Amino acid sequence: MNSAAGNSASGNSRQPEFESYYGRPVLKAPTWKSPDVPLYLFLGGLSGSSSILAAAADLTGRLALARVGRVTAGVGIAGSVLALVHDLGRPARFVNMLRVFKPTSPLSMGSWTLAVYGPLAGAAAASEVLGVARGLGRLAGLGAAALGPVMSTYTAVLIADSAVPAWHEAHPEMPFMFGGSAMASAAGVALIAAPIAETGGVAHMALVGAGMELASSQEMERRLGLVGEPYRKGRSGGWMWTAQALTGLGALTALVGRRSRVASAAGGVLLAAGSLSLRYGVYLAGVESARDPKYTVVPQRERADARAAASAEAEPAPTPQVTRHRRVLWVHGAHEARDGHRHRAFRRR
Amino acid sequence: MVEHRSLTERLSGPLADVADDAGYSEPPPRMGFFTDTSVCIGCKACEVACKEWNDVPEDGIKLLGSSYDNTGQLGASTWRHVKFIEQPIYVPERHDQLAADLGQAPTQSTPSTQDEAGVRWLMASDVCKHCTHAACLDVCPTGALIRTETATVVVQPDVCNGCGYCVTACPYGVIDIREGDGRAFKCTLCYDRTGAGLMPACATACPTESIQYGPLDELRERANARVTQLQLEGETQAQLYNERPDDGVGGAGAFFLLLDKPEVYGFPPDPVVTTRDIRKMWGYLAGAAAAVAAGVVGTLIGGGP
Amino acid sequence: MAENHPVAFQWVVEAKLRGAEIIDVDPRFTRTSALANRYVSIRAGTDIAFLGGVINYVLSRGLEFREYVVNYTNAAMLVGEDFQDTEDLDGLFSGWDEQAGNYDASSWQLTGERDDTLEHPRCVFQVLRRHFARYTPEMVERVCGVPPADFTAIAESMTRNSGRDRTTAIVYSLGWTQHTIGVQNIRAASILQLLLGNMGRTGGGILALRGHASIQGSTDVPTLFDLLPGYLPMPHVGQDDFDTYVAGGQLPAGFWGDFRSYAVSLQKAWFGDAATAENDWYFDRMPRISTDHGTYRTVLDQIEGRCKGYFLVGENPAVGSANAKLQRMALANLDWLVVRDLQLIESATFWRDAPEIETGELRTTEIGTEVFFLPAAAHTEKDGTFTNTQRMLQWHHKAIEPPEDARSDLWFYYHLGRRIRQKLADSTDPRDRPLLDLTWDYPEEGPVAEPSAEAVLREINGTGPDGRTLSVSTQLRDDGSTRCGVWIYCGSYAEEVNQTARRKPWTEQNWVAGEWGWVWPNNRRILYNRASADPAGRPWSERKAYVWWDEEQGRWTGHDIPDFEASKPPTYVPPAGARGPAALAGTDAFIMRGDGKAALFLPKGLADGRFSTLVGLADGPMPTHYEPAESPVANQAYGRQSNPVARRYPRPDNLYNPPRSEVFPYVYTTYRLTEHHTAGGMSRTLPYLAELQPEFFCEVSPALAAERGLEHMGWATIISARAAIEARVLVTRRMNPLRVEGRIVHQVGLPYHWGQRGVSTGDSANDLLSMALDPNTLIQESKVATCDIQPGRRPRGPALVEFVRSYQRRAGLIDGSGNGEADHG
Repeated sequence: MNSAAGNSASGNSRQPEFESYYGRPVLKAPTWKSPDVPLYLFLGGLSGSSSILAAAADLTGRLALARVGRVTAGVGIAGSVLALVHDLGRPARFVNMLRVFKPTSPLSMGSWTLAVYGPLAGAAAASEVLGVARGLGRLAGLGAAALGPVMSTYTAVLIADSAVPAWHEAHPEMPFMFGGSAMASAAGVALIAAPIAETGGVAHMALVGAGMELASSQEMERRLGLVGEPYRKGRSGGWMWTAQALTGLGALTALVGRRSRVASAAGGVLLAAGSLSLRYGVYLAGVESARDPKYTVVPQRERADARAAASAEAEPAPTPQVTRHRRVLWVHGAHEARDGHRHRAFRRR
Repeated sequence: MVEHRSLTERLSGPLADVADDAGYSEPPPRMGFFTDTSVCIGCKACEVACKEWNDVPEDGIKLLGSSYDNTGQLGASTWRHVKFIEQPIYVPERHDQLAADLGQAPTQSTPSTQDEAGVRWLMASDVCKHCTHAACLDVCPTGALIRTETATVVVQPDVCNGCGYCVTACPYGVIDIREGDGRAFKCTLCYDRTGAGLMPACATACPTESIQYGPLDELRERANARVTQLQLEGETQAQLYNERPDDGVGGAGAFFLLLDKPEVYGFPPDPVVTTRDIRKMWGYLAGAAAAVAAGVVGTLIGGGP
Repeated sequence: MAENHPVAFQWVVEAKLRGAEIIDVDPRFTRTSALANRYVSIRAGTDIAFLGGVINYVLSRGLEFREYVVNYTNAAMLVGEDFQDTEDLDGLFSGWDEQAGNYDASSWQLTGERDDTLEHPRCVFQVLRRHFARYTPEMVERVCGVPPADFTAIAESMTRNSGRDRTTAIVYSLGWTQHTIGVQNIRAASILQLLLGNMGRTGGGILALRGHASIQGSTDVPTLFDLLPGYLPMPHVGQDDFDTYVAGGQLPAGFWGDFRSYAVSLQKAWFGDAATAENDWYFDRMPRISTDHGTYRTVLDQIEGRCKGYFLVGENPAVGSANAKLQRMALANLDWLVVRDLQLIESATFWRDAPEIETGELRTTEIGTEVFFLPAAAHTEKDGTFTNTQRMLQWHHKAIEPPEDARSDLWFYYHLGRRIRQKLADSTDPRDRPLLDLTWDYPEEGPVAEPSAEAVLREINGTGPDGRTLSVSTQLRDDGSTRCGVWIYCGSYAEEVNQTARRKPWTEQNWVAGEWGWVWPNNRRILYNRASADPAGRPWSERKAYVWWDEEQGRWTGHDIPDFEASKPPTYVPPAGARGPAALAGTDAFIMRGDGKAALFLPKGLADGRFSTLVGLADGPMPTHYEPAESPVANQAYGRQSNPVARRYPRPDNLYNPPRSEVFPYVYTTYRLTEHHTAGGMSRTLPYLAELQPEFFCEVSPALAAERGLEHMGWATIISARAAIEARVLVTRRMNPLRVEGRIVHQVGLPYHWGQRGVSTGDSANDLLSMALDPNTLIQESKVATCDIQPGRRPRGPALVEFVRSYQRRAGLIDGSGNGEADHG
């Protein structure tokens, strides 16, 4: 049927009624590609938390653990930057990110952070791997660790600062979710790669991260209602469920098996996989929420109606009145219209 | 001339002097579009004129089946988009009479009752809104998106690196990355014409003055008069969209007179510039970052098994 | 109008904003309907019944503008006693010759007597009243499918908005002309507007929107086979000398009384000094016509091998003409074909990609037509004029040089003529004399020797004995002292200035804006504007004042140039024996009519030839409702089903769907979309336009979709006795089933822009159409015919031919009784 109106999705009686333009999306779905962007989100967080982990290990004299953290951070940030650059429409212009410094643009802030953090984390990792300039490498690692918390969480603000309903509306929880997930993934990689002798506390770090992630994601889904639907349903919901299952299971395995090298490694794999799944889930949920006009229209319509009702209660709408000259204003060609018709002064060519 | 404003104030809400705020000293009046859809005849001259002037490429030759709209949506290669909405109108006396007649029709025709109702055909030319608080501009990390002296929002194609952040930020789904090019494109409000004293191509081509270009204040005045007139004539649904400076984007440089709810035209009913919440977001980030730092340090240094 | 004339529609929108009521009557709900205050869906081809209803509404209630009607129309004239109406003869006028299939119009005469009380039973007014009495609101409903309430509301609005203080305008386009009763549709509108006093007045009139830019110009300076410039008739076989020719076109009174001056000046423009009174102005150099040489007859002549060469200039008949398959078959049977166009159109490439190649009906290797494609310059690439629907000539200047080999039409014909004349320079064959004796001496400009378009306009305008340009057509003389290429364009180059290039802004002149461009005749913006004043020369009302008699100055004056002899007072009574303009009285506003009165009843004319006002119409002095040549319903008004004198060419390749056929139960109508231009050569080839309407589609109502199982965005096959085509389906409420004759009539909408070439391709809707023509204009009936529609795509290859044959068989058109001649009764 050739009609623009009413598209309550068929076969689902609980779908809210709303109007749209031929069911087309109101928003543009993010042009960000997969796996570039989910990987970018994952690797950035992993890298940031790994830097903190490395610094903590360093400060507690666990050199192997610190080494794992620094290398992970270095490799992670390199991969993250590659993914970001690869996703650009004009990769050669990556450096344009540093033309401006813009607090309203998380990507700008992120780029600047990356510009400082990346070399530090890279230097720390290089120093570890090559075994040169260890003092400077250590200093670089500490510097990277200082930026680690921001690296662990900033991508949450990056996606939340958008018109994508499932992302924007989740902005209070998203940094905690991403931060927790970053911690869990960093802990996970450490559990896989570091000797068991040095991983004391890492399982707890995983547990805290997993708890932060799970608690904030539960809170987010509860609070979001309709807009949170993509986190529960469909392909994106599947990834989210998988992420939570893997993260939870990983944290438990790591905790319970923290004295076992194999169990720790297994827990680590689960944690890292869970963290990656979360980023896929969040990415896909955002895309889905932009594609279906329901998530744009329904909440906004409710908001607009509520506001209209409130203002109608406050003061009744005035009776419309038209003044004669107003109409003439609009009509062109009339001699009287000259004053009101400044745009005529622009040449039609 | 810029008075002191808090960041929040500068990111949302009414803003009288947009170009001033953007750093222009003594800028010309803010210019914009008023699109009066009640006189749009759906000729699509705006679409063609826009493409001709701005050298925008063809955007897909495909029948969409959405009335006479085969454009679909605004995008990197469509900066004006005429929407067509066919709505049934129930005409009681006609309906009753013909429903009775149809029962006795000699053909096997069995039209449903609503087929005998009337129809109304809404047409509307959509365009970039040139928001007072433009999310695309706010989030652009390269500074490719700029505010011009007449307060319009323009992409500098020689700066844009195609990060696509603006695409996710726009609450209207306007700006997009052009396939095969990689950069973001959208309406420039014919910056290269207006600077030379010409009207934008679409407004110039529009035969019925559905698209009006001019100083925003004047357009608002005109639009308010027009909507009042239409309401008096019985168009109870006539409404201005994106016109109020206290709306979610601080009012737009391109606003519309609609004859039905915005979502019927594919507009978001209550758009909000995402960066309105940026301060809060940074705040949450600070909290989360602190939590992460505390979590790692606490478990690895402070606590332990 | 919004659909095909969006730029002109701005004035309708503006009128609406100023309070005008816009009424739209159309078979389908268009972009115009969307903006109208009132839309009424009408069954295609029933406009006379609808307008007849309004005429009856006016006459039966005494709502006519009596003073206007008595003074400015022939309402008071008495009709001859022999005249019999369709009311007496069940759909025929007196003089019908069943054998010949046409009328002897000798009984359609006025006696010359008048009755100003309009009471005499034989006066035009009473004849008219009786003729239209049949068209009651109930009849309108039965025929048109328009509910009485809608009809009455429109009739009420039109009458309420007409009179001394108000006027109503009627705008029509090809929706009225492309019928077997096309001219009578417009006659019906004329009668209505005359009764309401809406002619010759500001805000009134009947506005014909033409099909393309400058189609008005191509009738004024005609591309029609039976007219010479300025609506002078083409000489006929048998008109052996100039006097005989002039006698066929000259009227005793009015401005056609000066016919001889126009015709002599034209001969002088063409043959120069060589044309003299002694050699009969070289009248023997002029070609003669003997019969129908219209485009459709020509196509049949091509198929029958009588016409062997063809120039196609900006025309794409392989897509754009009725029974387009026959058009392509004709092109394939030529010796040579010259196509001048902007793009390689279907009519230039038919030999390799016509649909008939796929069906096996044509084979490239067997087509002998030698095709010459010559790229044409676009209007931006050449100087010249457009003549718009208001008869306004507007000059356009060349903006850029045409690319590569592209040349203007002027260049092409001028140099073609020049070269032919060179080749024939030594010829002694008398048949070459017309070419060799022509004045063919336009100045050439620029690198490609472009003839000066201004020089051509100057020749069209005409010059006087001193060699300077004339200012007004009344300066033309029949003694050979003046030359004029198009008498109605005389004045367009007055004072040696290109008047058509004037562009004085509206802000710097009065609201009539007489200094923008130039309007024929003599820059008068509204024709017959003497009728904007009452018989005494005073405006009908202050609000509607336009031109009036200024007693002090002893002249007509006003906002526009009076379309009347400036110093002829309203009280003027012609002396006995007066001829030409002097024979018209001071109240005879319709100065081109022989009696100075607008024709409510159009008598048989005095002149020969075809053109209406001079010769009368082939199908009657008053409009009468006939069903279209193809219709699913019986004529509710008369026993005669369809126009008895409609031009038909019944033949196996032009079969007509039988009326009321169960095989072809639906009505279809063809039309254009804003996004495309006619046969698509200028739009389907351009991505920016093609993307806006990318595919051929048909529009059907939800009810018809349900009845036939058509799915939105699916495919449908539409079948007539000529062809079967496929189209994507748009199911839309804008198509409305109508209740007619107690049954539901469904209408299918078909835009006709598509063909096999270009960025956007598709079947051609015009393949479905037959050649059934209006008898006066020979314009095809493309706005209404019958069809079947089925879901799914059409058969391909030879199976398509067999598919169409199966329909012909089922309809009894072959292997059976009829051969397309089923309907004459």
